[in-house]
Amino acid sequence: MVEQLFQFSWLLLALPAAGLLINLLFGHLLSRKMIGGIASGVVAAAFLAGLGLFAALTSLPEEERMVTVQLWDWITIGAFHVNAALSINPLTILMVLVVTGVGALIHVYSMSYMEDDERYQRFFIYLNFFIFAMLLLVLSDNFLGLFVGWEGVGLASFLLIGFWFDRRDDLYGWYADAGKKAFLVNRVGDFGVILAIIMIWANLGTLNFIEVADKVHHGGLAVGTATIICLLLFLGVAGKSAQIPLFVWLPDAMAGPTPVSALIHAATMVTAGVFLMVRTGALWHVAVPAAVVAAWVGGLTAFFAATVALVQTDLKKTLAYSTISQLGYMVMAAGVGAYGGAMFHLTTHAFFKALLFLGAGSVMHATHGVLDMRRLGGLKEKMPATHKTFVIGAAALAGLPLMSGFFSKDAILLGALVKDPFLYVLGLITALMTAFYSFRMVFLTFYGEPKDQELYDHVHESAPLMTIPLWILAGFALVGGIINLPFVLTLDRWLEPVIGLHEEPLLTLELFAIIMSVVISLFGFYMAYTRYIRKDPWVERFAANFSGLTPWLQNAYYVDDFYKRAIVQPLLRLSEQFAKFDRKGIDRIVNDVGAYSLAAGDWLRRFQTGVIPGYAMGIFIGVVAVLVYFVFIG
Amino acid sequence: MSFALPNLLSILIFLPVLGAVAVYFIPDAGQKKLVALAVTLLTFLLSLLLLTGWQEGAAGMQFVENYVRVPALDMRYHLGVDGISLFLVLLTTLLMPIVIHFSNRFVDESIGAYLALMLVLEAAVIGCFVALDMVLFFGFFEITLIPMYFLIGQWGGDNRQYAARKFFLYTFAGSAFMLVGIVGVFAQTGTFNVLEAARIGIDPSMQTVLFLLFAIGFAVKVPLFPFHTWLPDAHVQAPTAGSIILAGVLLKLGTYGYVRFALPLFPEASINWGPLIAVLAVIGILYGALVALVQKDIKSLVAYSSVAHLGFVMLGVFAVNEQGVSGAVLQMVNHGLSTGALFLMVGLLYERRHTRMLDQFGGLWKSIPIFCGFFLVVAMSSAGLPGLNGFVGEFTILLGMWLRQPVFTVLGAVGIILAAWYLLTAFRKMAQGPITRPENEAANLPDMSLDEIGMVLPLVLLFFIIGLFPNLFFNKINPSVEAMLQEMDAGRNAVVISADDYHTDALTFHSALDDVQAQE
Repeated sequence: MVEQLFQFSWLLLALPAAGLLINLLFGHLLSRKMIGGIASGVVAAAFLAGLGLFAALTSLPEEERMVTVQLWDWITIGAFHVNAALSINPLTILMVLVVTGVGALIHVYSMSYMEDDERYQRFFIYLNFFIFAMLLLVLSDNFLGLFVGWEGVGLASFLLIGFWFDRRDDLYGWYADAGKKAFLVNRVGDFGVILAIIMIWANLGTLNFIEVADKVHHGGLAVGTATIICLLLFLGVAGKSAQIPLFVWLPDAMAGPTPVSALIHAATMVTAGVFLMVRTGALWHVAVPAAVVAAWVGGLTAFFAATVALVQTDLKKTLAYSTISQLGYMVMAAGVGAYGGAMFHLTTHAFFKALLFLGAGSVMHATHGVLDMRRLGGLKEKMPATHKTFVIGAAALAGLPLMSGFFSKDAILLGALVKDPFLYVLGLITALMTAFYSFRMVFLTFYGEPKDQELYDHVHESAPLMTIPLWILAGFALVGGIINLPFVLTLDRWLEPVIGLHEEPLLTLELFAIIMSVVISLFGFYMAYTRYIRKDPWVERFAANFSGLTPWLQNAYYVDDFYKRAIVQPLLRLSEQFAKFDRKGIDRIVNDVGAYSLAAGDWLRRFQTGVIPGYAMGIFIGVVAVLVYFVFIG
Repeated sequence: MSFALPNLLSILIFLPVLGAVAVYFIPDAGQKKLVALAVTLLTFLLSLLLLTGWQEGAAGMQFVENYVRVPALDMRYHLGVDGISLFLVLLTTLLMPIVIHFSNRFVDESIGAYLALMLVLEAAVIGCFVALDMVLFFGFFEITLIPMYFLIGQWGGDNRQYAARKFFLYTFAGSAFMLVGIVGVFAQTGTFNVLEAARIGIDPSMQTVLFLLFAIGFAVKVPLFPFHTWLPDAHVQAPTAGSIILAGVLLKLGTYGYVRFALPLFPEASINWGPLIAVLAVIGILYGALVALVQKDIKSLVAYSSVAHLGFVMLGVFAVNEQGVSGAVLQMVNHGLSTGALFLMVGLLYERRHTRMLDQFGGLWKSIPIFCGFFLVVAMSSAGLPGLNGFVGEFTILLGMWLRQPVFTVLGAVGIILAAWYLLTAFRKMAQGPITRPENEAANLPDMSLDEIGMVLPLVLLFFIIGLFPNLFFNKINPSVEAMLQEMDAGRNAVVISADDYHTDALTFHSALDDVQAQE
């Protein structure tokens, strides 16, 4: 009975696909409400289907919670074989619920946010396409199917970042360029993924996740090979989850409509890299050096992105660097093998970061696009719902005690502490900065005096279609921690069939980590409070010591400029040279050879005309004669 | 097995020829157009009988026709189709009605001669793909040059004479080498039948010379770097229909030639010289992509992208294993569909704006959204987006090459990044950004009509069908490729790397691979 339920798993993909197709083919016949309703409806339906499968999964005994649903044979050549098949297990169903749950809320929010946009229909087609591709990424039972979703979400991201492809502003340049950049930077990562997939097959003869894990578990892969494979995979992770060195696309991606930033570039797509690491945990378990690299890259990304977030003046940019930083935490967790912590933070982050972005969107909607915190301030009276929910989101991000983010960040820090104290310290300093910039955003936007009176006068609270999703997400951001409380570890236990047994750390270590987390987050909050509300002069003086760093931070250490100068521009110059060489070098030789032979021929054989049609006619007649001979005479 | 037609392959060749004659002599232009379209459609429908009558799982030639015509030299009118050629024939018969329909809409100058030439071209191309006698193949191969020469030279752009002459002479010069090669094979084996000659085998000492003769002839056609410079000229100058057929099927004569002739006839030389060709293929992939990146004329951009894409096909062929060669055969079809569709889209735009310069456009997504939507799908297919056709081919090719020589796979994979770069750059300049010229406003630029959508839609649907259900194709391609590789294997002492051998036990894989590499 239960088994039969899983046979309907394809509905998870079919629902958003159906929404996409209906709106694509018949959207012009439908009203805006209908379009948005259909798009949101199918995602909500997919969420319910996900809940159904979740329930079905819980009814199975733990060791049977790895269900494969075969769809069709996808590619077969000789020994190479890949199925189109879905995998329902505790990990994938968690992702399904996060993607469709947060996704449905953001679809609803968008119905109001985008209501006046000229390309409303297209927006919802793209959103449904994203959900489809993301679910494919999550559900596929093999590497190649995952890769279809992986690049599919990249295409969705490209389309949605450049959604306003005819706009530009000083913060982002041409929005279309931001979209293109996102796709191309991700392609650099995908280069690694493709090679990794090829190597996995070449060494193990399968691309199925379960079989790969099984073979690796039984020593099918040497440490060196596994390390190369994992480093290649990590290039893809760095692309998708915006880690060093490929993080540069994500800040620009904020050019897209804010619900897109919330859904794709905060809550779901960017976590695909983390998901991939957890999904392929068996490989990382063998590839110890690669795991160490991942952990440190994650830790350093978390740290450096947080420093950049400290000084951003644009609300969305602050959130973007914050996202990079939080993704760094998750990658670090996956690197140290704390898969439960990584997935836990992935989930809570989806709630509170989507909430923060949607809150920023609500502000943006009210200010007609202004998110420069130097022009905001004092909005709390005018936008009470946005204010309250934003504070909850910021508290969760800051990791204030008992908020969802507190527990999940603590799980990660504990994982780091067990493995490498230096990594733990790095994470702790990052946590301090996180708490500070979280409340910097809150105080600069919602507290103090309005800095731009005219702007302030026109601000109004958003419509219920927008504030209701805010409240729902705020609820989860507030209490989401209960899914994996310390010592209880519901989520870790749930994921055990996929990620393996949870290792119990020392009680003293655990208590130490919790206490440090409490102290650090409160201290960060206090620093922001003294600086932006109490305006204590000593904080100002303290901060002035670091003013030399400010340009570096504001420009994200000039990494983007470096890539432009060191890679993109030289390649374009090289291409120009090649193009010239092609015409004036290779082709010149070809033409010269042609000309000399023709001239020589002309001189040698005067009877030849040198006119091509003459030659052509000759060959034609000759060939026809041979053919006629073949067919009719011979 | 359902309804079968005797001499089906001959019918597919000669029906267009009859059509050409009819079109030439019918006086009324409208009727000429109608007849040409009807003939190509009928040819397409008849070619579908190849599918319905296909013997699934069979490796050998099907629908064989074999008449001895020159007993002394054993020259034969010998036709047949197997998994390697099947989809190339179908690609040709599918593209033809589309380009005829396109031409009927947009070409008026001497339409009778134009359509007749197109039909002759179709006959010759189909002939190439089904000819099993090397002289017969050569004849068809040469015939394809003539209509194409006139199509470019008569109906082309401003510099058409130069481009047409270059196209003709270059390919012609290349095929001269091939002709010597054919004679050489005959001298060695006493037969012009390629299957027979492969079975008899050629002395390894002679293989190198003969292989190189064939390789040069086909290299120009593919075109393989550095023999590619005729291609941008030909493409830029050719009328849209000419470009579609040139890129869609004519270039495949080169890659098909390597698979049908070079590999089975010269197994030893193919393995020994494979790395050299792979090097040229990789250069083509990277160099072609970089040059495409800075092109200002979009047709020229697509032309250079073809150099890169066919580099992938060549990589697959010279992987000389199942994954590589089967992938390459599918990728030939994929390139025909994607690049054919790209040229079709460019043609539709050109008919509206009479320019192909990228800087003349901008913001078209606003004025002609349906066109830009289709263009994006086509570009993504060309860029190898997973889920669409191109990815399946590129991935299996790279996989095959990895088993042969990983470094080529790594370099080839860089080409996938670059492909996205030049295609998105073109899309950015054309479709995105603001509208800067009044000609590009919606009021002055009609979006695609239903009729035009009808031309592109079959190709786009095939992108998805191949991308999602490639086994519909591999089921027919694989047996023939496998049989060919086995025969090559039998023909040489060294081991052909076939992945099959290694996965009986994953642990032995590395040592086995090392052994093979050591042997080489």
